[in-house]
Formats: sequence, structure tokens, C-alpha cells
Amino acid sequence: MRDETSTALLVLQGIKKNYGAVRALQGVDFDLRAGEVHALLGENGAGKSTLINIITGARSPDAGTLTLAGRPLGALSPALARSLGIACVHQQPALFAELTVAENIGLRLEAGGAWRRVDWRRRAAQAAELLQRVGAEFSADRTVRELSMPEQQLVEIACVLGAGSRIVIMDEPTASLTRREQEKLYEIVRSLRAVGTGVVYISHRLEEIRVLADRVTVLRDGVSVGTSAVGEVTEPELIKLMVGREVSLTQRAAGATPGAVRLAVKNLSCIAGGVRDVTFEIRAGEIFGLAGLVGAGRTELARTLFGLTPADAGRLQVDGRDIAIRSPGEAIAAGLAYVPEDRRRHGVILEMPIAQNMTLAVHSRLFPGGWLRAGPELSVAAKFIGDLSIKVAGPDAPGASLSGGNQQKVALARWLATKPRVLILDEPTQGVDVGAKGEIHRIIRRLAADGLAVLLISSDLPEVLALSDRLGVMRGGTLTASLPGDSDPHTVMAAALGQPS
Amino acid sequence: MNRYFREISVTIALGLILLAMAVLAPGFFQPQPLLSLVTREAPTLVVACGMALIIISRQIDISVGSQFSVCSICAGLLAARGWPLGLVVPAAAAIGALLGACNGMLVAGLRLPSIVVTLATMVILRQGLNLVQQGAFVNLPDSVQWFGLSQAAGQWTLVGLALALLLVFGLAMRRVAAGRWVYAVGTDAEAARLAGIRAQLVTFMVFVLMGTLAGIAATMNIVQSPQVQPAVGSGLELKVIAAVVVGGVAISGGRGNVWGAFAGLLLLACVSPALTHLHIEAYWEKTIQGAIILLAVVAEGLRQRKSKGGRE
Repeated sequence: MRDETSTALLVLQGIKKNYGAVRALQGVDFDLRAGEVHALLGENGAGKSTLINIITGARSPDAGTLTLAGRPLGALSPALARSLGIACVHQQPALFAELTVAENIGLRLEAGGAWRRVDWRRRAAQAAELLQRVGAEFSADRTVRELSMPEQQLVEIACVLGAGSRIVIMDEPTASLTRREQEKLYEIVRSLRAVGTGVVYISHRLEEIRVLADRVTVLRDGVSVGTSAVGEVTEPELIKLMVGREVSLTQRAAGATPGAVRLAVKNLSCIAGGVRDVTFEIRAGEIFGLAGLVGAGRTELARTLFGLTPADAGRLQVDGRDIAIRSPGEAIAAGLAYVPEDRRRHGVILEMPIAQNMTLAVHSRLFPGGWLRAGPELSVAAKFIGDLSIKVAGPDAPGASLSGGNQQKVALARWLATKPRVLILDEPTQGVDVGAKGEIHRIIRRLAADGLAVLLISSDLPEVLALSDRLGVMRGGTLTASLPGDSDPHTVMAAALGQPS
Repeated sequence: MNRYFREISVTIALGLILLAMAVLAPGFFQPQPLLSLVTREAPTLVVACGMALIIISRQIDISVGSQFSVCSICAGLLAARGWPLGLVVPAAAAIGALLGACNGMLVAGLRLPSIVVTLATMVILRQGLNLVQQGAFVNLPDSVQWFGLSQAAGQWTLVGLALALLLVFGLAMRRVAAGRWVYAVGTDAEAARLAGIRAQLVTFMVFVLMGTLAGIAATMNIVQSPQVQPAVGSGLELKVIAAVVVGGVAISGGRGNVWGAFAGLLLLACVSPALTHLHIEAYWEKTIQGAIILLAVVAEGLRQRKSKGGRE
């Protein structure tokens, strides 16, 4: 690692940021030179987004300093960051859908108060010129709503070009682009570099980093673990840096021998959901982990299995019987259960008492004839409050009064109450504290030991490795690798990134 | 804070007004005028029950006034042709159910916003009725009035019927699984769907129920007078929505009950006779009703802000 802060455009030192109990950044050092493309690499949750938010002024760090061109920066706001020449192309374009491209560009770039006169001719000319520079083939008169995702991304990039920013952050800009659009983007990045702009380039594509970036910094668990020139580091070395931590979770117990095939999925596809030709099977008593990067199609696969975005091709078997699932109701009837990713929004109804939350999916079994009865409901609640050791004032307490970990247990209880044969867990420990995480892991293991087939989706690689008997890796909506549960993290990460291991 | 804070506070407000009337104008409590007042509001209460369900499920139906008019005229025409009331009531309910089904199909089936859909059906039904009826009244046979009973007996029958329906819906929303689905869908339709509840079907059925109740209410209204005029029921939607909101049903869905709607309706309904007895100009009526609605909405806003603040 060389230190050439003399030419540095932006220097970050010892940046720390906590969100409540979550320590997102724990001391990040990063520097960007003028006329360089600096790649930022890291697993999901390594702290990349937080770091971007700090550079763009959307969040203020708890500790650490930012220095711009030798001048220390105090408190940064998004407006101040922009006026200092810092721009960001977000992964999800943040444009006004009902306005035209020219209006969007004008809103970003034109200065002045609320009552300034709009010079439509100038605005149109500027928009047209910028669109031409980014190689867009659509007119500036189109409304953004009509544009595809990559086209919207080009508008974002046009705004950045127009602002003449000194520092440009690009967050996975090629994720949705076609090969030809990618080439065009590389050209733009290179031309930015040629005029002395510093580019922070975030990407999961190692091959792209190799052709485009000058230096690369790897973030892991909120710490910058290494910066080197791209030419001096190999891809296996980068992968090792990304996942290098020791697996700190309790190692999985030697799994009991799995039983018969519970869930068999053959060539399952769902065009609308972005799931392509997925084949796997899970046996009774087995935990099948699903690894992959955010956007690899894992949640989409779960939603297809559960009938939320029904499959349009492929076969599904539960306990050897062919079934078709076109709605959650049919999925439940077939013995599937799905604990969704976003528990605060969809897993638990926060306003509802937890007893009602737990019985929501078993009304027809628990209440024959449709008459609600307090007795069975309370006994279900008491059983799961005990079984899962949920900390709660009582079965009448609203879901909102519980901690994240306990809410997750309530979401789990709702589905265990259906007595499922296949349990799909989507990010079961996202945003829960370490103690609750360990508890949830023990519960998942116990459920598998009781003969459930578990499909575990998690972006937490150590978690997947610690729990899974076997695991699959998804990339671009399809299953790209099937690995044993005791695989090493490098192999899994390489598969998720699409690298030969 | 108590879960039923709003329902209780509206009931207390109603109690205070009645108490004030007892002191200031005891004449308010003459039995006959009071019974007439309650009888007049009986159909409104039935419609308000339906509206409470609609709003709890996070929808709105502003076409109820027009549904009520169409059902009233149809029921009147059937009765004028000599149909017995025993057939007229189910027929009107069926017509209402059909109108509700149209709204429900558009809202739940095509997932259109209910405010726009029911705005359109409100205008279409109202103007359609005007076209067909050309403003003509429908004269009813004597046998229809007060169900052919004496006026007092008829009035008590209507009040009893309205209270019975209130009781049915009040209990059903707590005791029947479908009632809980309405709350679940109104709180978070996607969460309900994930739990295997057919959210769109629930929404559809709530609209059908609303129409059915509008039909029943319409027949409860026509028996009170010798003729039906096509303008009957205009403005009813505002009245019931106001009652429901004052009664603590959250316009954002998922919260409230028909008991609160009942209290809200009584509170708004006693403004007018109270003014008469206090010798205050009748022009104040709408102003005071508006103030009550505003107060309820402000209270709701403060409550929500407080509960959000507490959570963070």
C-alpha cells in the first residue's frame, strides 16, 4: 500500500458510524486521487452504502474526518456536498417519473430560487448535449416513466456530467445494463478520469474492476481491510479479502441423516419474477441454504414458490406429489410456509396483538365455521411464546411493542402454526441483535431436526455456512452452483460473483 | 393508551351534550320527537355500519348516497306494483349488492383507487336515476307505510332492526374470522396476502356488503313516508363518512369499529334538535358538525404522531 495523499482529492480517515446497536462502519480509511478510478469492493452489508451516504452528506459520521483537496470538511449536507462537486449515480435512479428528461436534468443542474424564470430553450439544448455525451438514443422530451432502467441510469449519469463534478460515485452502475451499454459507460468513466475527475466505482463484477479501475479498496464488516493497485492483486486474493473473517458462529452439528425428498423443484421459471430454470431438492430434516448477492433472485424464487408471483414453467413436488401453486393459499395447503424478508412490513402486522398475528395463517383449521374462539387462539400463542421463548408482555401485546428478534419469532410462530412441511426463511436474522440471532439459529436447527425441510435465504454468508447442510448459489435469477454445506466461504463468494474458483 | 380511547371519548362527548340538554332544555327529551329523530337516523346507521367496514378495509365508497337512491326508487316501484314488503326488502338488498359488486369488481379486480371508482359510480347512478325517473315521485300504497303497522310500532320496528344489524356487525367484526381479515387487509394488504388471506376477495366482499346494507337501509327509509322522491339519499355519503370518522375509524384503515360509528352518528344527529331547543339559529348546524369532524381528525392526527414518536 502506498501513501500518496499529496495528490489526494478526498481522504477519509477513521470513519465510524453506528445505526443503533448496528456498527455499520468501524473505522474506514479511504482516499481518492484526481484522475483515478477507485473501486470499492465488499460483501452485502460490508458498509459500502453507508460509506457512500457519508461522502454524499446524506449521513454524518459518528467519528473520523473527511478532507477534500487538503481542506478538512466539517458537517456535510447533501446540498453542500453537491456544491463541493461530489455527485453520486445511485443504483436505483432517483428521478421524477412524471417529468421529462430535460426537466429532470434542469432540476438537478439549474441554480436559483423558487421564482427564477425557466429558460426552456437553454434547458432543452443542455439536456440534448448531455444525452449525446452519454450516448443516449432517446429524446430529452420523453417522460422518465417511459424509460427503461438502464435509460434512466444514463439520465443520472448525464446529470453528473452536467454538474462537472470533481468526485463521482457510481454504485453498481452496470448492474442493469446490456453489454453495449456497459461499453459506453466504461468510455464515459474513462473520459471522466481523463479530465481529472475522481471516480469511486462500486461493483461486484471483478472482471469489470480489472479493466476499469486503477486501485481497489476492500471493505469487510465496516472496516477497510486493504487497498492496492489493481495490477498488483489477483482475483482470488480479492475474494479472500472480502470474506477473510473467521466464521465466528457456532459450527453446525453433524446433521442427522436426512430423510426422503420433501420439496423437489424442477426447471422452475417465472418471467415476471425474474426466476430462470431453477432445479433443486430438499430432504426432510435438511437445511438448504441459498447464497448470492442482493438482486440475484433469491427472494424472487421464494415468492414464486409461495405463489406470490406464480411460476410459468417447471414442476413442483411436495413429498413426491405434483402440485401447482398459484396463490399463497394453495402454497399453505401444500404444506409450504414463507417467513418473508421484510418482517416490519409484511411478516408481522404491527398493530395486531401477537396472538392474532400468530393465528392469521391458520384461521380455517383453528376456527372451523369461521367463528373466532379465544381458547384455541390463546393456546397457540402460549405454546409458541414458550417454545420460541418470545419475550412479550402477553398474548394481547401489539406486535409493535416487541424487539426485532422477538418480532421475527412471532413471524416464525405464525408459520410454524400451519404445521408446514417446507419452511422458507428469507433473511431470518436481518437487523436482529447477536443474542437473538443465536437463538433463531438454534430454533432453525431444531426445526430441521424435527423433520422440516428448510430453505434458508440469507445474505449473511457465515450464517448460511453455519446452518446449511447443502447450499445453492444464485446469480442472475438462476441457480449457478450447488455446494456441500461445509464449503469454504471463498468458493461460495466466487460462485456468487460468477468467478471460476 | 387505551385501545378504545376514541370510542369512549366520543361516547362521553355525547353524554355531556345530553346532560347539558337535560339541564338547559329538558324539552329535548320528550319521547315522541326523540323517537322520530332516532327513527329518521335508523337507515343512516345501517349505511354507517357498511361504511365502517369499507373504511377499516382502507377503502372509501362515496357512491352510497346514489346506491341508496337507486334502491329506494326500485323498492318503491316494486311496492307500487303490489309486491309484498317481504319480497321488496330482499329485492332492494339484491339490487344494492349488485351495485356494490360493480364497485368491488373495479376496485378489487382491476385494483383501481376506490375514491375515483365510486366518484364515477356516484355520478352515473345519480344521473341515470334522473334520466329514467325525470324527477317523478313514486307513490306508495298505504300498506307499505310503517310496514302496515301503527306509526309507533313501525318506528320501534325500524329502530330495533337498525340496532339488530349494528349488533350483528359489532359482534361479527370481533368474533368471525372474516371480520379479522377486514382488519388485516386494511392494516397491511400485502402482509395479509402473505398469510394466505385472499385480500382482493375480502375487499370485493366488503363492497358487496356495503351495497346490500344500502339496499336494506333504502327500504327502511321508504316505509317512513307516503312517497319516494328521486333526490332521496343525496348527501348521505358525507353524513355517514363523517359519522364513521368521528366515531374513531381511522381513515388510513385497520382501526375502529361499528360501535364508534354509532356514537359518532348520534353525536352529529343530535346537533340539529339541540339547536332548535336552545333557540339557536339553524344555520349553526353544519358549522358545528364540521367543527366536530375537524376535532376528531385533529385528535386522530395527534394520536398517530404520539404513537409514532413513542416507537422511535
